[in-house]
Amino acid sequence: MIIHPLILLTFFPLAGVLLVVFLPSESKKAIRWAALGASLATFAISLWMLSLYRVSESGMQLVINQPWFKIGASQVSFIMGVDGVSILLVLLTTFLTPISILSTWTAVQERVKGFMLFFLLLETGMLGVFLALDLVLFYIFWEFTLIPMIFLIGIWGGENRVYAAVKFFIFTMAGSVLMLLAILYLGLQAGTFSFTELSASRGLFAAAQTWLFLAFGVAFAIKVPMWPLHTWLPDAHVEAPTAGSVILAGVLLKMGAYGFLRFNLSLFPQATLQFAPWMAALAIIGILYGAAVSFVQKDMKKLVAFSSVSHLGFVVLGIFALNSQGMSGAVLQMVNHGLSTGALFLIVGMLYERRHTRALSEFGGVWKSMPILGGLALVVMLSSVGLPGLNGFVGEFTILLGTFGSKVLGSPWFAGVATVGVILAAVYLLHWFESVFLGAIRKEENRVLVDLNWREILTLAPLLIVIFWIGLYPKPFFNLINPGVEQLAALLQSATVALH
Amino acid sequence: MDGYPLFSLVPWTVFLPVIGLLLNLLVGKRLGEKGIGLIASLASGLAFVVSVLLAIALKGHPEAVTIPLAEWITVGEFNLSWAFRVDTLSVTMMLIVTGVGTLIHLYATGYMHNDVRHNGDPERYRRFFVFFNLFIVAMLILVSADNYLMLFVGWEGVGLCSYLLIGFWFEKGADGIGNARAAKKAFIVNRIGDFGLLIAIFLLFWNFGTLEFDGIFAKAAQAAPALLLAITLFMLLGVTGKSAQLPLYVWLPDAMAGPTPVSALIHAATMVTAGVYLVARSSPLYIQAPAAQMTVAWVGALTALLAATIAIGQYDIKKVLAYSTISQLGFMVAAVGMGAFVAGMFHLATHAFFKALLFLAAGSVILGMEHGEEHAAQGHSPGSHELDPQDMRNMGGLQGRMRTTFWVYLVGALALAGIAPLAGFFSKDEILAAAFQQTPAIFVLLIISAFFTAFYMGRQLFLVFFGKARSAAAEHARENPAIITVPLIILAVLSVLGGALNLPGVYTLEHWLEKSLAHVPKVEFTAWVALLSLAVALAGLFLAWLVYSQRRMPFKDTDPLARYLGGLFTAVYNKWWVDELYQAVIVRPYRRLAEFLAQPVDVGLIDGIANGLGSVSRSIAEQLRRFENGYVRSYALTILVGVAVIMAFLLFR
Repeated sequence: MIIHPLILLTFFPLAGVLLVVFLPSESKKAIRWAALGASLATFAISLWMLSLYRVSESGMQLVINQPWFKIGASQVSFIMGVDGVSILLVLLTTFLTPISILSTWTAVQERVKGFMLFFLLLETGMLGVFLALDLVLFYIFWEFTLIPMIFLIGIWGGENRVYAAVKFFIFTMAGSVLMLLAILYLGLQAGTFSFTELSASRGLFAAAQTWLFLAFGVAFAIKVPMWPLHTWLPDAHVEAPTAGSVILAGVLLKMGAYGFLRFNLSLFPQATLQFAPWMAALAIIGILYGAAVSFVQKDMKKLVAFSSVSHLGFVVLGIFALNSQGMSGAVLQMVNHGLSTGALFLIVGMLYERRHTRALSEFGGVWKSMPILGGLALVVMLSSVGLPGLNGFVGEFTILLGTFGSKVLGSPWFAGVATVGVILAAVYLLHWFESVFLGAIRKEENRVLVDLNWREILTLAPLLIVIFWIGLYPKPFFNLINPGVEQLAALLQSATVALH
Repeated sequence: MDGYPLFSLVPWTVFLPVIGLLLNLLVGKRLGEKGIGLIASLASGLAFVVSVLLAIALKGHPEAVTIPLAEWITVGEFNLSWAFRVDTLSVTMMLIVTGVGTLIHLYATGYMHNDVRHNGDPERYRRFFVFFNLFIVAMLILVSADNYLMLFVGWEGVGLCSYLLIGFWFEKGADGIGNARAAKKAFIVNRIGDFGLLIAIFLLFWNFGTLEFDGIFAKAAQAAPALLLAITLFMLLGVTGKSAQLPLYVWLPDAMAGPTPVSALIHAATMVTAGVYLVARSSPLYIQAPAAQMTVAWVGALTALLAATIAIGQYDIKKVLAYSTISQLGFMVAAVGMGAFVAGMFHLATHAFFKALLFLAAGSVILGMEHGEEHAAQGHSPGSHELDPQDMRNMGGLQGRMRTTFWVYLVGALALAGIAPLAGFFSKDEILAAAFQQTPAIFVLLIISAFFTAFYMGRQLFLVFFGKARSAAAEHARENPAIITVPLIILAVLSVLGGALNLPGVYTLEHWLEKSLAHVPKVEFTAWVALLSLAVALAGLFLAWLVYSQRRMPFKDTDPLARYLGGLFTAVYNKWWVDELYQAVIVRPYRRLAEFLAQPVDVGLIDGIANGLGSVSRSIAEQLRRFENGYVRSYALTILVGVAVIMAFLLFR
C-alpha cells in the first residue's frame, strides 16, 4: 500500500480543491462537475476504507502514527484511526457531501468556484475531526472546519449573513479556547498528545477531571448545541445556503456529540459519571424546549433548526445513559439526524428555490401541485417523527430504552420525561407538513409550482433509501457501532465500580 | 413445527400486500382503475387465503408457533428479531382483517371510482389503494408479531395509514383544512397513547430481559404486583388511544373525514380493535393485576355509556356510527378488562361484520344522495348545490329508492341493537352475562348503553329510510351498482350468522381461543340476562319509533327529541363539550407556553444574554466586515494566515 487509506480519504477533497483552483471562474459547469466528482471519489474511498475495516473487532483500526513535532517536551503526532464510534460518522460525511454539492446545482450561481473550494476544504476538515487521534491534530481540524463554514454562511448566506457568521464564529471560538487550554494542560502533564496514550495514563490528571471535563464539555456542548447554548444555531441555519445547512446540521453538529463520546468519556470517566445526570437533564430540557419552540416558528428553517436542538437532545441523552443501548443508539441517531434533517433542509431549499420565501404562511396545499415532493417530504417528515419502520425510530427507541435502564442515571424519570418529546415531535412536524403540503391552495403562486426534476429526485433518493434501510434492517449499522461502544461501556462500568 | 410447513407461510400475509402496494406504486399509473383495484384486492384476498391456510394448520397443531424472519436490533443484552407468531388469537385477527378487508377493498374499487370524480381528482385513485394495502400490511404486522416491539411497529403503522386516509382529501373540509386537521388530531392523540405503550415496553424489557411474548408471559406470575400494575396501566393508555376510549376517544369522530371505506375498515372493523387485541394478547399480564383489570373494565364501560349518549344527538349519518363504534369498543374493552377475553374477541368479530356493513351501507346512502343531488341540480337551479349529503335531516324515505341498501342497513342496525338471533345479540349478551356475574355496577352501565344503542339506531333508521324525502337529493337518490351492493349483502349474511361463531352451549370460538389465552373464565349463559338485553333493545327501538316515526320530521326542523330533553339534547349534540375542554386545558396552553418560550425566553432572555456578552461580538463584527471584500483569494489568504498563527502558537509557545 503506497498511501495510507485514511490519509487518502481525509485529503482527497484537497485534490478536488487543486482541480477547481485551476478551472476558470466562468466555467461554472466544469467547476460543479469537478467538485461533485471529487466528493464522489471521496465517498468511494470511504467505501474502500469500509472494506478494509474488520467489523467485529473492537479498538482502533487502520491506525497511522507518525511523530510530528514537540510542544515543550510533549510529543505531537500525526495519528489517525477509525473505530465503531467514528466510522459511521466518516461515512455520513462522505455521503452527505456529494448530495449537498448536487443540491447547489442551480441554487448557487454566484462565485461558484469559491463555494466549491470552501465546500471541499470543509470536507477535509470534518473527516479530520472524526479520524484524528492526537489532541492537537484534532484541535487543528476542529478549528479548521470553522473557517470554510463561516465563509459559506458569510458570503453565500441570506440577508443577515454577517451577523450569523460572526455569531457562529464567536460561540464556537469561545468554547474552543477552553478546550485548547485543556488540551495543552493534558499534553504537558502527560508528555504526549496521543489520545490512546492519554487514555491509558488517565490517572495522571485524575485530580483535575472536573475542570477538564467542563473545558472540553463546553466546546462540545456549544457545537451540539445543547440548551441553553443553542442560540447561534437558528441564526446560522436561517442565513446559511441550503448546502451549508445540510452539512451544518448533518455533520458539524455531530462533531460535538462525537467529542463527548470520544474524549470526555474515555479521558475523564469519573467526572463523566458525576456529570451524567446533569448532562442528561440539560439534554431533556433541550428535547422538550426545542420541540416546543419549533412548533411556533414561522420560518421553515428556524423550525428545522429548533427540531435539531430537540433531536440532538436525544443523542446527548443516549450518550450520558452510559450503557451500550444508550450510546449505540446515540451514534445511530447521529446518522439518522444527518439523513432526515439533511433531507428536510434539502426540501426547504427546493421550496425556497421556487418561491423565494421560507415563511410557512406562504405555502399550503403544495402536495397537490408537487405530488412527488409531497410524497418524499412525507417519508422524511415521518422519519424525523420517529415512525417505526423508518430510521429515526430505531435510534430514538434504542436511546430511550438505554436511558430507561441506565444505572448511572438511576431513575426511569429521565426516559419517561424524554419520551414526551416523541409526542411533541409529532406536534411540530405534522404542523409543518400540514402548513406546507396539506390544505387547500391559498396562494395562487403555489398552484403552478413545478414538481421535482430528475436532479432533485436524485438528491433526495439516496437519503430515502438509507432511511428505509436503517428502519427495517439496522443490523449492519449496529454491527459497526457496537464493538466500539461496548468498549466504552466496559470502561465506564469499571469506573463505576472504582467509584463505589 | 415439523410436519406443519403451512406455518412458514405466515410472512406472506405481510409480503403479499407489500407486493400489491409496490406494484401499484410503480406501474399502477399505466394500469388504470381496473388494474389498480384488481391488484390491491387480490393482494388482500391472497393474504386472506394464507390466513385460512394457517387456520387449517392450527386445527391439527393448536399450540403457538414462532416463525423468525430476520435479526432486527441487537445492542448489548437487547436482542430482537422480526418474528411472526401463529396461534389461534393471531390467526383469528388475521382472518377478520384480511376477510373484511378484502370485501371492503372490493367495495372501494366501486366507491372510489365515484369518490375521486366527485372530489375532482381521478389521479388519486391509485394513491388510495396504495394506502389501503399499506394499512393491511401494518395491521398484519400488528397482529402477527411475536414480540411487543414488532407489535408496536404495526401499532404506529396503522396509525400512519389512518392519518394518511383521514387526510386523503387533504384540501377539503372546513376552511379547506378541516380534513388535514382531523388527520393530525388522530395522529397526535394516538401518539399520546403510544407514549404509554412505549413506557410499558421499557418496563417489560428491563424487568423481564426480553420483549418476546413467551419469554415475558413465562415469568409473569413471579413478577412484583406493583410492576405488573404499572405495565398494564401504561398499556391501557395505549389502548385508550388506539381503541378510542376515555380520555383519548376524541380523534375517532373527526376521523370520519376519510372516505367511507376507510371509516368501515380502519375506524370501525379493524384498527380500532387493536387495543382490545393488545389486552387479550397480554392476558397473562392482566390476570396478575386485578386493579388494572378493574380500571380497564371501568374505562370501557364509561366510554360505552358516554359515547352512546352523544350518538343520540348527532345528525351526520357517519358521526352516529362513529360514536356507536366508540361505544361498542367500550363494550369490548370492558369485557377484556373483566377477564372475559373470549366475549371481547367475539364481539370484536361480530362488530367487524355489522359495523363494516353499516358504514359501507351508509356510504351507499351517501353515494345515492350525491347522485340525487347531481340529478336534481341538472333540472333545477344550480344554487341548491350546498346540500350536505351526510346530514340525516336531508334524507328520509330512502327505503323506497334504495331497496338493497335499506334491507342490509336494517340487518346491520338490528344486529348492532342486539336483536336475536343476529350476531350482535349473542356477542353482546356474553359481555353482559360476564358483567352480571362479576361487577353488577358495570352491568348496569352496559345495559343502559345497550338501551341507548337501540334507540339511536332506531332514530337513524327512521330519519334515513322512513317518512318522506326532506330534500330534492333524497327524492332523486338512486340504488348503486353490484360492486357496491354485493359486498354489502355478504356482510349482511355474516351479520346474521356471525353469532354462530360462539353459540351458547357449543362455544366454538371459546374452544378455539383458549389455546392462546391465559385464563378463560366460564361465562354461563344466563337466560334472564339474555331476555333482559333483548327487552331493552326492543324498548329502545320502540321509543325511537314513538319519537321519530309518529311526528314526521320536516326538513331542518329541530329534532323532536330536543323538545323533550331541552338543554340535555344541546349537551349531547355538542358532545358534552369535551373537545372544547381539551382545547382550553391542553391545546391552547401548550401553544401559549411554546410562544412564551420562543419569544421572551429564547429570543429575549437566552439570546439576549449571548448578545449582551457579545457587545464584544458586535465590535468584532464591525472589524470583520472589513475583511469581507468578496475576493476569494483574500479569504484563502486569511485561512492560511489563521492556520499559520495557530501552528506558530503551538510550536513556539
